[in-house]
Amino acid sequence: MHTTLRSATREVVIGPDRPFCVIGERINPTGRKVFAEQLRRGDLSRVEIDVAQQVAGGAMVLDVNMGAPLADEAELMSAAVRLIQSRTDLPLCLDSSIVGVLEAGLAAYQGKALVNSVTAEDERLEAILPLVARHGAAVIGLPNDEQEIPEDPRRRLELAGKIIDVATGRYGIPVEDVIIDPLAMPVGADTSVVLRTLETLDLLRERYGVNTTLGASNISFGMPDRTALTAAFLPMAAAAGLTSAIMDARSPELVRAVRACDLLLNRDEWGAAWIAAHRAGAAAATAGP
Amino acid sequence: MTTEELLRQLYDQTLTGNGPAVLDLTRSGLAGGIGPETLLYEALIPALEEVGARFERGDFFVPEMLIAGKAMAGALEVLRPLLAETGAESIGTVVMGTVKGDVHDIGKNLVNIMFEGAGFRVIDLGVQVAPEKFVEAVAEHQPDIVGFSAFLTTTMPMFKANIHALTKAGLRDRVIVMVGGAPVTQEYADAVGADGYAADASAAVVKAKQLIAGRRSAALPA
Repeated sequence: MHTTLRSATREVVIGPDRPFCVIGERINPTGRKVFAEQLRRGDLSRVEIDVAQQVAGGAMVLDVNMGAPLADEAELMSAAVRLIQSRTDLPLCLDSSIVGVLEAGLAAYQGKALVNSVTAEDERLEAILPLVARHGAAVIGLPNDEQEIPEDPRRRLELAGKIIDVATGRYGIPVEDVIIDPLAMPVGADTSVVLRTLETLDLLRERYGVNTTLGASNISFGMPDRTALTAAFLPMAAAAGLTSAIMDARSPELVRAVRACDLLLNRDEWGAAWIAAHRAGAAAATAGP
Repeated sequence: MTTEELLRQLYDQTLTGNGPAVLDLTRSGLAGGIGPETLLYEALIPALEEVGARFERGDFFVPEMLIAGKAMAGALEVLRPLLAETGAESIGTVVMGTVKGDVHDIGKNLVNIMFEGAGFRVIDLGVQVAPEKFVEAVAEHQPDIVGFSAFLTTTMPMFKANIHALTKAGLRDRVIVMVGGAPVTQEYADAVGADGYAADASAAVVKAKQLIAGRRSAALPA
């Protein structure tokens, strides 16, 4: 199954036979006090730097979250979308749990965006999916509901099924435009959580064949050597069926890990992209200062 | 084993989160005539304070904090009834919960561990806690502090809703409100009318002690 995202001029296709889709996570003020303060003042200069670094690092889609406390998030989202689209042709993933913010982002966006996200809660489905349908966007579904974030992969599968059914049945959203997040939790809090994520991925692939994404940095929260953990996790998840991740696109170690997956999982014919990336790296090193 | 040796071992085993050893040492300490307060204040609490300090410095990581907290909780189960008998004054009671709409609990759990580790009684209401649940718990347990945790900018407004619910129930002045979570700032805490904010679990305990001391001294007759 292929999910196609677009900017005004570029198309990115997510699918199990395509290169793993790197969605850059950086444009997000959570845990970035200085950035949050800048956003509150309406200063978007840092966003331009984040865009440039992630594009250089190999991002294929950029997540945009303007959730700074005490800020006008809808206005910021709209301004950020315009600014980012003037700086890069990568498609965007509009990230907020406020419906009005998603609406502002979609209104300002040129192309086909990815909406991050909807849960299996009835209220959320009813608020967000009509918006996704109206704008012809794609959407990320999180399999949690009013009661819980289920631990059992089969329950996650059920809730994913509910999101897919409502999106396609009630709102006419094509199934390929629903991307499911199997939920990645910190392994530092419970060392069995990654196994459950992998099992969920496996079930999703078998049952629905939809594209999948997750917040890869969650895995290593509270642990030392975070990048090494994430770099080990991504290939496992890709092998279990993960087709994209919201991740640190500025990290050469992580981006290299997923590009290696493309080759190792037969998504990079003759290793052409892998070899080309090697040559580009070598050329940059020779040309360096 | 001398009392000193036992306390030293209890401290060391709590620090490294060895639950069974902590339980054994607590029981053998009690059997050997060491008072429950001595075990608590001279081994367990200092150990958890050290855990918090190491976590804050980046020398300890989430699993180490969780396992130390678990080890301490095991010992507390044995000690609590005895402490109640001796009439030892608890440092304070905390009602804690992640606000409605928010299911993130790791940060809240770490804060709970540090509170328990400092000798507080902690009543954890879990996640997705509605304002009326907080009001009920504050009315029932009469805590010194009620703590609201939120991980999302979209659930942070529940702080204000919770405070409003406490005010409406006539309980706002009877409890110290503390707030925290990844996106929360001091400025935001002030804006919603909370009494205290802390950036991490160790700082939350320090702040809570200050706020309680402030309130108790303010309550003394002039």
